[in-house]
Formats: sequence, C-alpha cells, structure tokens
Amino acid sequence: MSRRAKLPAWADIGLIPLINVLLAFLSAGVVVALIGESPLEAVQVLIRGAFGYDEGVGYTLYYTTNFIFTGLAVAVAFHAGLFNIGGEGQAYIGGLGVGLICLALDHLLPWWALLPLAIIAGSLFGAAWAFIPGYLQAYRGSHVVITTIMFNFIASALMVYLLVNVLIQPGSMSPETRAIAPESTLPLMHEFFAFFGIKITQTPLNLSLFVALLACLFVWVLIWKTRWGYAIRMIGFNESAAVYSGINPKRMVVIAMMISGSLAGLVAINEVMGAQERVGLDFVSGAGFTGIAVALMGRNHPLGIIIASLLFGALFQGGAELAFEFSTITRDLVVVIQGLVILFCGALAYMMRGPLERLFALVSRSSQEER
Amino acid sequence: MEFSVQLISALDSTLRLAAPLILCAMAGLFSERSGIVDIGLEGKMLAGAFAAAAMTAVTGSVWLGLLAAILVSIMMALLHGFACITHRGDQVVSGLAINILAAGLTVVLGIAWFRRGGQTPSLTSEERFGPLTWPLSEWLSDVPLLGPIYTELLSGHNLLVYVALMAVPMTAWIVFKTRFGLRLRAVGENPQAVDTAGISVAWLRYRAVIMAGLLCGLAGAYLSIALGAGFIKDMSAGKGYIALAALIFGKWRPFPALFACLLFGFLEAVATRMQGVQLPVVGEIDVQLMQALPYILTVILLAGFIGRAIAPKAIGTPYSKDRA
Repeated sequence: MSRRAKLPAWADIGLIPLINVLLAFLSAGVVVALIGESPLEAVQVLIRGAFGYDEGVGYTLYYTTNFIFTGLAVAVAFHAGLFNIGGEGQAYIGGLGVGLICLALDHLLPWWALLPLAIIAGSLFGAAWAFIPGYLQAYRGSHVVITTIMFNFIASALMVYLLVNVLIQPGSMSPETRAIAPESTLPLMHEFFAFFGIKITQTPLNLSLFVALLACLFVWVLIWKTRWGYAIRMIGFNESAAVYSGINPKRMVVIAMMISGSLAGLVAINEVMGAQERVGLDFVSGAGFTGIAVALMGRNHPLGIIIASLLFGALFQGGAELAFEFSTITRDLVVVIQGLVILFCGALAYMMRGPLERLFALVSRSSQEER
Repeated sequence: MEFSVQLISALDSTLRLAAPLILCAMAGLFSERSGIVDIGLEGKMLAGAFAAAAMTAVTGSVWLGLLAAILVSIMMALLHGFACITHRGDQVVSGLAINILAAGLTVVLGIAWFRRGGQTPSLTSEERFGPLTWPLSEWLSDVPLLGPIYTELLSGHNLLVYVALMAVPMTAWIVFKTRFGLRLRAVGENPQAVDTAGISVAWLRYRAVIMAGLLCGLAGAYLSIALGAGFIKDMSAGKGYIALAALIFGKWRPFPALFACLLFGFLEAVATRMQGVQLPVVGEIDVQLMQALPYILTVILLAGFIGRAIAPKAIGTPYSKDRA
C-alpha cells in the first residue's frame, strides 16, 4: 500500500461529501443515458421546473419543508449513534395528533392560536411513536432499526384503521377526515405575501416553512449548545466514555429518539394543517425516507440539511416536470437519485477517502521535492 | 366437513403466500449469519421480479427469466457486499439504498422499455411457472380428508413453491453440516478467530451475500412469473421486511424461520377471509390488525417478552484487521 497523508479538514468536511454527491448524480446521469435520453437536457428541465417560475419555486419550497423536518429527525438520532428509519411512521402518527387538535378546536381558535397547540400535539404524538423503539433499544435490547421498520408498518395499519372506521367524515367514501375550518388552517404563502401587498402564485407552500427553519435553529442550539445535546453526541461518539462522564446512556437513547420522533411529527404541520387541511391516507408519501438521504447528504448539520432539503425539494418538483418533456422519464427517476445519494453519501462514504489520502500524499511529497 | 374444506383452502393459500417469505428469510439467514445485516431483501426481490418479468416478456422463456432474476439480484447483493465488506460502510444504510434504488430503477427502466406506466407486458400461461399436478391426484381426490390434502394442499403448486420448501432443509444442511456453514457461522460470531485461522473473512461474507442474492432472485421470479403474470410497480409490497421479521422471529434458524413464514403467510391468508366475519366472543377482527400482527409479534419477541432472539454476535459491525 502506498503512503497516505492525513486529509486536511476542508477536504474531509467539504471535498469528500461533494465528490460523493457528484458520483451519485453522475450515476443518475448514466441511468438517463442508458434509457436513451440526454442527461444534460434532463438537468435543464429539472432546474427550470424547480426554479424557473414562481409556482415551481413554491412547490420546491413546499417539498423542502417536509424534508427539513424529516432530515432533522434522522440527524438528531444519528448524533446519538441511532439510525431512526421510522420517520415515516412517526410523521404519520404526528399527523394524527395535529389532525385531532385541529378538528377539536378549529371552530374555536384562529390559526395563530392553534399553531402552537398543533406543534405540541404533532411532536408529542411523533415522540410517543418513537418512544417505544427507543425504550426497547435502551432497556430491552431490541435493535432500533428493526423496531422502527416494524413501527412504520404498524403506524400505516393503525392509521388506515382509524381513517376508515373512526375518523372518516360521515357519508364520505374516501378514508379521510373532514376539512379543517378555513380560518384555522395555516395560511398559504400567497395569502401571507398578499398581506404585505406582494402578489405570488398560489401553491401548497405555507407558513410551516418558517416553523421548519425555526426547527433547524432549535436543533443547532440543542445539539451544540445544551447539556442534552452534549450527552447525545457523547453517547453517539463513545458510550462507555459517556458513562464515565456521568451520562445515563439508556435515558439519553430514549430522549434522543423522542426528540427525533417529535421533529418527524412536525411534517404534519405542513401537510395536515397547511397543504391538505385534513388527515388523509399516506400523506407522508415517503418524506421519512427522503429524510435519511437528506441527513446523510447534509452531514447531520442543520445548515447542510437545509441545503440538502432544498436540493431534494427541487428534485421532487423538477422531477414532476420531467414527465411532460420526456416520454420515457418520470418522477420515479428522483427515487433512483435518492437511492444513489444514500448509497454514495451513506454506505460508500469512505470509498473516496483512501484514494484521496494517497493523492494528497503524492502532492505533498512532490511539492517537498521541488523545494 | 365444510370447515375442513375451508381450512385446506386457507392452508393452500398460506403456502402460496409464504413461498416468497421463505426464500427471502433463507436469503437473510445466509447473510445475517455471516454478520451482514440484510434489510435489502425487499429491494433484491423487487429487482429480481422485474428482471424475471422483463426477460420473460422479451424472450418468452421462463427459464431465462428465472436466470435474469437471479443474476440481477446477485448483482444487487454484490453491491451491498462492495459497500459493507470492501468499504466497511454502514450495512443498514446500504440495505436501505438498495431498497430505494430497486424501487426507483424497476419503474424507470420499466417505463423506458415497455411504455406501460412501469408494468411489464402481461404473460401468457406458457410464460409462467404453471401448477405441477402430482401423480394420482385425480384418483385420490375422493378419499376423505387425505384426498383433499393431497390434491389441494400438496399438489398443484408451481415449481418455485416446492423450491422454497426445499430451500429450508438445504439451508439447514449447508449452514449446520458443511465446512462452509461452520465457517459462515463463525464469521458471524467472531470474525477475528476466523481471520486468525487463515480464512478470508471478506470472501466468506461475499459468498454469503451471493447466496442471499440467489435466493432473493428466486423469490422475485416467484412474484412476477409464477404467482403473478408480469411485473407491477412495488409488487414486493413489504414482503422482504416481513421475511426479515420472520427470520428474527425464527431466531436466525432455518426451521423456526420456516414456521414463522408459514404463520405470517397464514395470517395474510386468513385476513382476507375474515373480512366481515363475526367470530364468537371477539366479534369481527379487523383486516388491519391481521396485517400488522407479524410486525407486532416481532416487536414483542425482540423486546424479550416471548423468548429471546439473540442475533449473531458480530452482526452489523464491519470487520477490520487493524485493532480499532
């Protein structure tokens, strides 16, 4: 094996993730080329669809909002060394909390009074759904990955049951609740901007984007500025060292999972209280899994997660436009990209490290020889 | 007599529904016994299902379809191995990547190649694995009790159902009676010891994931060219995860895993029959409860409330020769 140099920090934090993302997109380009379309044209359509006009931007940011929540959820768990695959189910159950409180109080309270309550309800329900896998991991030794997978399916079955048998609007055929009263739903962004006299096109984008940005700030403060955050990073980094510094790792595993679940539960603020104005079947539609790609790509940092969420938001919106321009490409291509990002930024994250270390060693040696 | 007819028909569909679970559970057994977590059963099966249906639709040969399913599934397994064994990546992340990749690629390629919204052309009965009727079943069907069991339950399934049932003793024999199996189990418990004995940990684990790929490919082919008549988007529908649950429920052992698969298959078979049926004492049982039961049971088992499921010791940790 040839000599290796220690990588400088900027290469470790900036260069390697960038290379991994590029590899993922290059592979997606190969897939596009394989089915006989031009990858460059596809990228153009994607970008135009996502950012080219203000309706596209609205949808892009609307998807981004969901991915910020689920990305943060996955990231908090990652910091504690836990892999929460259950974001999908936690968001779904969070929707139950948000839906119940909105339907109970929507004729009594305006949206601004209801919003804090809905945030509490959504995060409580999400946290409760994550509590059980967290507790079982900490105290009963069952692995959180397996239990959260199981809990996604259980959540899905539970919600189908509740929507079909309990929460369904009487007389309705489709399994969804009644609509939340209009004055109690979260204002859409075009209404908010119209208040200031600015006119933008109506999209499902709503004020929950600000909630998502606040959640990023919350996670940043939590992870890097508080005792809990220190304890969470500590158990993720070295559990036995954490014990010696007086941290109860079992308790922290449960707490980290509950915070993670509560962040996932906030997806419902965007979907239930904002965009769809009711609880419907499968309203999460994969955002929980996209959150995993987002967290891996954003390296579990709120800033990185915002950037990665924006990218995936753009992909989802731009991807919807692909079907109009190409006869053979649909939004399913975005699922492939998502898989590739998880593969290259997650599973193969260390693949480029070895070659890069050798490259740096080569460069530094030759520059020494020149001297 | 009416009840026994009902029961035999329910058991008959149990076998049909459990077959892909059994194949995937055995696949997971090889991989996980060698220390590689495999949540990618779902993706490998889905990719296999697509490859089988696509190849059969183009060539008209089920055997080529079966071969394509196995090859594609093994390629996905090798990708998993490349990430987890060669590059010591996170095994759960890699498995998830494979599931999502398979879900996306099967539809993208399906639309590009067949232009049917992600489906493959439907196959004729010659392009599928048809039922194999056992000898004398016509003649024996009039014998009370044993007749229907022979003709309805045992005879008349397609080849891959019997392959799935054969896979269990085969797996048990390979894992517990051969030298390869001994080493496979050792590498899942204590890879250092295997390495010290001069046996390649990586090569052993690669062979384990290839076996997993092979079996998932069979399961995929079963879905699209035996049970079904073509590929449908997301047709694996969580079966890979149920198989994983069954494997854990069977405590990573072939025969207990088989029974878990049959139990979960039975639950699924009964769920559709129970719709709207009033039972004594409990009343009507909800379909959703029956569907969630495999997952609930697995969670309860994992929590240690009914026995204890102990995973292979080295599972999930990448092996490195250096002392970390």
